[in-house]
Order: sequence, then structure tokens, then C-alpha cells
Amino acid sequence: MQSIVEFQNIYKEYPGVVANNNVSFKILRQSIHAILGENGAGKSTLVKILYGHVKPDKGQILINSDLAIINSPTMAQSLGINMVFQHFSLFESLTVAENLILGMSEKISLGKLKLKSETICNKYGFNLNLNSPISSLSVGQRQSVEIVRSLLNNPKILIMDEPTSVLTPEEIIKLFKIIKKLVADGLTVIFISHKLEEIINLSDHVTIMRNGKVVSDLTTENENPESLGYKMLGYRVSKTKQTNNVNYSENVLSLNNISSYSQDPFTTNLNKINFNLKKGQIFGIAGVAGNGQKELMEILLNENDFEFSGDIIFKNININKLSTFQRKSLSISYVTEQRLGHSAVPEMSLSENILLSMSHKSDFKKGDFINFDRINSYANDVIKNFNVDTPSFNVKAGKLSGGNLQKFIIGREIMSNPELLILSQPTWGIDAGSEAFIKKSLIELSQRGVSIIIISHDLDELLEVCHNISVLYEGSLSKFLNVENIDITKLGKYMGGLFD
Amino acid sequence: MVYLISIKLREDYSNLIFYLSPLVAVVLTLFFGSFIFLILNLSPIESFKIFFISPISNSYGISELFVKATPLAIIALGLSYCFKNNIYNIGAEGQLTMGAIFGGGIGLLFNDSTSIFLLPLMILFGAIGGALWASIPALLKTKFNTNEILTSLMLTYVALFILDYFVVGPWKDPAGYGLPKSMPFPDAGRLPVLFDGLRIHIGVYFAIIICFITHIVYNKTLFGFKLRVSGLSSKASQYAGFKYKNLIFYTFIISGACAGLAGLFEVSGPIGLLYRDISPNYGFTAIIVAFLGRLNPIGIILSSLLIALTYLGAEDAQLFLKIPSAVGFVFQGLVLFFLLGTDFLNKYKVSIS
Repeated sequence: MQSIVEFQNIYKEYPGVVANNNVSFKILRQSIHAILGENGAGKSTLVKILYGHVKPDKGQILINSDLAIINSPTMAQSLGINMVFQHFSLFESLTVAENLILGMSEKISLGKLKLKSETICNKYGFNLNLNSPISSLSVGQRQSVEIVRSLLNNPKILIMDEPTSVLTPEEIIKLFKIIKKLVADGLTVIFISHKLEEIINLSDHVTIMRNGKVVSDLTTENENPESLGYKMLGYRVSKTKQTNNVNYSENVLSLNNISSYSQDPFTTNLNKINFNLKKGQIFGIAGVAGNGQKELMEILLNENDFEFSGDIIFKNININKLSTFQRKSLSISYVTEQRLGHSAVPEMSLSENILLSMSHKSDFKKGDFINFDRINSYANDVIKNFNVDTPSFNVKAGKLSGGNLQKFIIGREIMSNPELLILSQPTWGIDAGSEAFIKKSLIELSQRGVSIIIISHDLDELLEVCHNISVLYEGSLSKFLNVENIDITKLGKYMGGLFD
Repeated sequence: MVYLISIKLREDYSNLIFYLSPLVAVVLTLFFGSFIFLILNLSPIESFKIFFISPISNSYGISELFVKATPLAIIALGLSYCFKNNIYNIGAEGQLTMGAIFGGGIGLLFNDSTSIFLLPLMILFGAIGGALWASIPALLKTKFNTNEILTSLMLTYVALFILDYFVVGPWKDPAGYGLPKSMPFPDAGRLPVLFDGLRIHIGVYFAIIICFITHIVYNKTLFGFKLRVSGLSSKASQYAGFKYKNLIFYTFIISGACAGLAGLFEVSGPIGLLYRDISPNYGFTAIIVAFLGRLNPIGIILSSLLIALTYLGAEDAQLFLKIPSAVGFVFQGLVLFFLLGTDFLNKYKVSIS
């Protein structure tokens, strides 16, 4: 068979990270081609390059063996490439037909468009009423609108970014039927996924990416979920620098049957999460982004009164109803994924950013007034003890590099003597030196008897500092694995949603 | 080829320019204002003289400048609490009106009083009236997540109609020839003036005291810190565990109380009774004053003086240049426009590709 798309040595670098490192592979005409990888493996960047959203630094793309220059999505569309994004771009108050006509590049009357759309709907089995407003549609139907909108442009290649992440199991089955029919009629489908079983069931070929490189380019027939999972994670061993200092008799935090029931299609509901965190233990929660990490963090922080059932017990106290402030007062500390604008205010000085997290402590205030001496000396201590490279505590937090700011934030929390520290993506996007320093600090902290939860997409980080790892997949938490003598095959299966 | 305008956030925008931009805006306003005079066949230099210099060339003029600047400064200082917290209270005019009704109502209730406690009681009720009126949009926002810009603005018109009702209805002066106004407040309910023969009153002291307190609150207290944090980043404020809903309430009540105070000062000071048009849009103009003063208490005092001058200038322009006094509002609008423009260009980089 002939290839319709050929990537040749695609290279794309972002500050501090190579997103695509000489990516080369072919996509065959009339096939379903999956791209699999962890977060940050470079899948999204690659398809965005194909769709003209992102310009590669080096390399080229051949479409039908001809060199293609794709500088914009419009150019991609004129080459027959269309994309259905994970997040829809539909006007809620307009009808399906009105939304469809807005996506048309050529001029067409509403009547003609409806006729054309109806033909597509009937042929492939999309169940859509063209006159309904988008606001009345289910998530699955909204996706259908997006797909029909793409099909109206007569594409040759359809890119789908995590198409099943928002669908119910029945909707997924329907979608797969439609995709297979489209391919039988001549379309080529490229889809991004991290669900192993789905890739096995649907795709003809799969390209596995890791750290911006293609690690395997396979025909799916010969594979099974386990083999795919293993190839996705690669050969890894536990590089643990931990010593086993956990006091297994003392529970610090217990989550009992935590479930959430949000109606928002873009949140992942948690499903009966249970774990017990012991004194001095570092517990890692791995998993691909969007599998409930954000929601779990919401529940642990309680910043927005996110609704859930089940119980959170901290040292024999039920903290379900306690506010963020009250939880901090119980010596629970947090470091959120977003540094600027969440764990720190970029426009404020470092010493003001100390107060941001310490306002529950009485020694940082004198009545209603701020104790500037205390916050300044605390800031100085953090800067000294955590090697923060900055001339003074009066520097605005936004001026620090990512690594320096993260050391400052984590140092701020560690020096407040927490009993429990919860971190999300603690070393995401920072320099190697800061990363090593932070990991070392966390290990030391746990050896002093502090319990730590790390939610991270970065498996290597978790394998280095944690005692135990569980995987979060579609809101469910796997059993935990011991990091010492870790079974990577099992971890790969968990990452792809195959729990035992 | 299609030209696209792209707007990008500047990573490193200048603090110096942030504080200089009010000056830039004033210069641009004068520049473009001179075109307005040219179009009207007036000499720009002569017109500016009449507009900005002659109104304050004598002691009466300077006293009048403070008479206008006092309510503007007091309201704008109050509004700065809301704006710092990223809450847009647009209804200061209504809160001012309610302050005048509450405080003035006390003055009318005890209209034969000679007690020295009457004025303090009126001042207190003025502040309470404004605060109560401001607590309605706060309540709606915290309970039902309504947009405070709309509710506070709409409540302004409600307050104006309530005042209307009182001055044509129950509080109409029986000896007032049927005019829609109340009887005058007793002398004990009048705000003392600072100099005989001039209208400048003790409200000036209140403005200075509020400025001073606000300065301390913003820079030294935990409350001021919380306001700044939630104004800069609501997520960071949640992270710190600050109760955003409480902050909304406090800031609305502070700004409402200030507006109410200003309303009471107007009716018990220069006006002396209640009638329909107690405020030449002070509540709205104070929004410009607050932003022109960069939400900084001292900056607000300075900008209130500048904007007060546009009121005076407009009156003189009407008298001597025979142009409508609305030209004062044109200048206020121009200043705001250029201020927003310079702020935008300071924060974002605009390029055409």
C-alpha cells in the first residue's frame, strides 16, 4: 500500500525541551493509524505540525509523496487534512446547521448545506437533528457535529486528538463503527490515544513515541495491550534513592471511597479512590494527564467546594468539610502544578509570596497587621537553604526562572514543618539542577517522618523518590506497586487502563 | 495577503510607565482636546486658559475645586478597594444617593434639633445607607454569581427613583411652592465650612483621613494583602485559603459607605436639603478618578483635583465660551480613553503581520 503522509526528520524544540526529535514514519492510505505515548512524548506537537498549527524547526512532510508546505490550518484543509480537537469549538446558542456553515471555507446556502450534511449523517449513521441548538446536545453528539463539520470539507486525512476521552462506552462503540466505515470509503484516520485496548481494537498501525522520538512503528495485529504498554514506557528500572523509613503502623492520611459526580464533560469523575498514606511515606500517583489528577487535587485542597462522596481522614480527623485555610492550619501543605498565579503571585515580591502561604500562622502577623520582619527573615532562610538564585527577597516572583521559583515554593512549604505535603508536577519544566535538588529535598523530608503525595506524569521522577506508586486511569486508582523491584510490565498495563 | 493584528502579552511590562501613563493620558487629552476647540472655531490656548487656569485663579475658585474634589476623592478611595479586588462596583452613584437619603432623612426627621450629635448621626446614617445599598450587589454576586457590574449599575437608577419619590412625596417641603425638594436641614445638621464665605467644608478632612487609612490598609495590613492577592490572581487567593466571598462583601461595604458619606456631605454641605439632582455624576466620574490615580490613595487625591477641575472648567466654558458644559464630560471621557489605551499598550504588544 502507498503512504499518504510521510514525516521526514521532523524536529521541533521548545525552550528547554525537544518536543519532536527527528520524527520519521509513514502513514498508509486508507488506514487507521494510532499515535501512542505518555504526556510530553510529542504526539500533540506532531499532529499540530501536520495540521499547520505549529511550524517545525527542521524536517518535512510529504503528502502523497509530494513535498507539502503547511503553514496554516487553512493550507492543511486545502490539502485535505482536517482535525477534530479534544476540546470542541462550537457556538452553544446556534443550531447544528448554523455551526456547520460557519466551518465552511466555500460559500454555500444553508439549504444546500443541510442537504449535504443530511447525506453524510445518513450514510455514516450520525444521529443529529440539524435544527437543534448545540446547547441541547450530549457530548457525543457535539463530537459528531465536529466530525461532520470536518467531513463537509471532503477530507482525505482526518486527525482525531483523544477522540474517546469524553465519550461513554456506547458512544465509543458507535464512533468506532463510524471511523471504520469512513476508512472503508477512502479516508485515512490518524488518532492520538493512550488507551491500549482501544488502539488494539481500532487501529491498523501504531507509532509509539517517547521523549519526542519514535520508539516503535508497528502493525497492530501482532501486538497486545501488555506489549504496547511496555513499549510505551520503555526499559526502566527503579532508580530509587529512597531508604525504607516508613512507619507502617501510623496512618497519616486515608482516602475512603472518594467518588465525584460532576456533570461537566471535561472533568473526569473519580471512582471509589482508596488509599492509606503512612508516616514518612512518599506515595506517587502516576497516570496520563486528564485521568482525574486535577479532580483529586481539588478534593485534597478544597479550593472550590468540589463535590464528592467518601471520607478524607487526616490523623483521625475527618477533613471533608474543612476549607483550604483550615487544612493548612492542620499542617497540610500544598504545591500546585501551576507555579505562577497559583502557588505564587508573579507580580508580588518573594517575601509577599511567603505570606501568601503562611497567613494562617500567627507569627506572621501582629493582629491585623503584617509582620514584615518575620516574612522577610523567613524568605531569606528559604533563599539560603534552598539555593534560590536571586539578589533579594524583594524581587518579584515572576522574575525568577521556573526552577528557582519552584525551589522557593517547595522550600517555603517544607520550612513550615508540614506533616503532610501534597505536590502536583513538582519538577515539570524546570532545569536539571533544580530538579535534582527538589527530589533530594523531598527524600530528606520523608526521612524526617513527613508524608508526601506526588501527583505526576513523569514516571522517572516517581520511580526515583517514591516508596509506592499507583496509577490513576479514568478516575480509578490502581493497586499500588512497590518502587523497589518494580514490575514495569504491570506499570505499563496500569498506565493503559488494564488494572487487575 | 491577509494582514492580521496580533496582540501579545508583554512578559516584562514596565512599572514606571504604569505610573507615568496618567500623565501621558492627560497630555494626549490636552492635545486632542485642542482639536475639539479648533473645530468649534475657538483658540485652543485661550480656551484652555478659561478651562483650566481661570477657574482656580482666586480663593473662591480654589475652594470650589476642593468642594468638587472632596466627594470624588472619597468615592474613588472607596471604589479602589473594590477595583483592587477585581470587583467592578459601577453603582457608586446609587450608593451616594442612598447615603444622602439615609443621612438626609435623619436631618429631616430631627428638623428642629439643635444637638451637636445630629450631624455625626447623619454622617453615620449616610455611610450606613451607602453600605446597605452596596451590600445588595455583593449578596447577589456571592449567592447567585450575578455580574456585579450590571446589578450595581441598575441599582443606581432604583436609588435615584427612590430619592425622586421622597422629594415629590412624603418629604416635599410644604412651604416649597410645590417644587420637588425637601425642607432645608436644621443648622445643627449642616456641615461646617472651613472659611467663612467659602463653600469648602470639613469633608476635606475626611478625604485626607480616608486616604491615610487606605494607605495603611493597602501596605501594612493582612486585609490589604488579601485584596491585592485576589485582585492579581483569584487562584492564588484560593491557594492561600482567603475567603473570596467575604472579601467581596467587605470591599462592597467599604466602597458603599464611602459613597454614602460623600452623598451625605453633598446634601448637608453645599446643598443643604434633598432634591432631585444632588450629584453631577460624582459616582460615575469617581471611577475615572480611581483608575487615573492608579488605585493608589495618594494618586487618587491628585486625580480627584484634576477631574474636579474639568467640572469647574466646564462651567466657565459654558459661561465665557458659550459651549455646553458637557464638554467637561468629553474631557473626562478622553482622559479615561487615553488612560485605558496607554495601559493596554503597556501591557500588550501589538504587531501587524
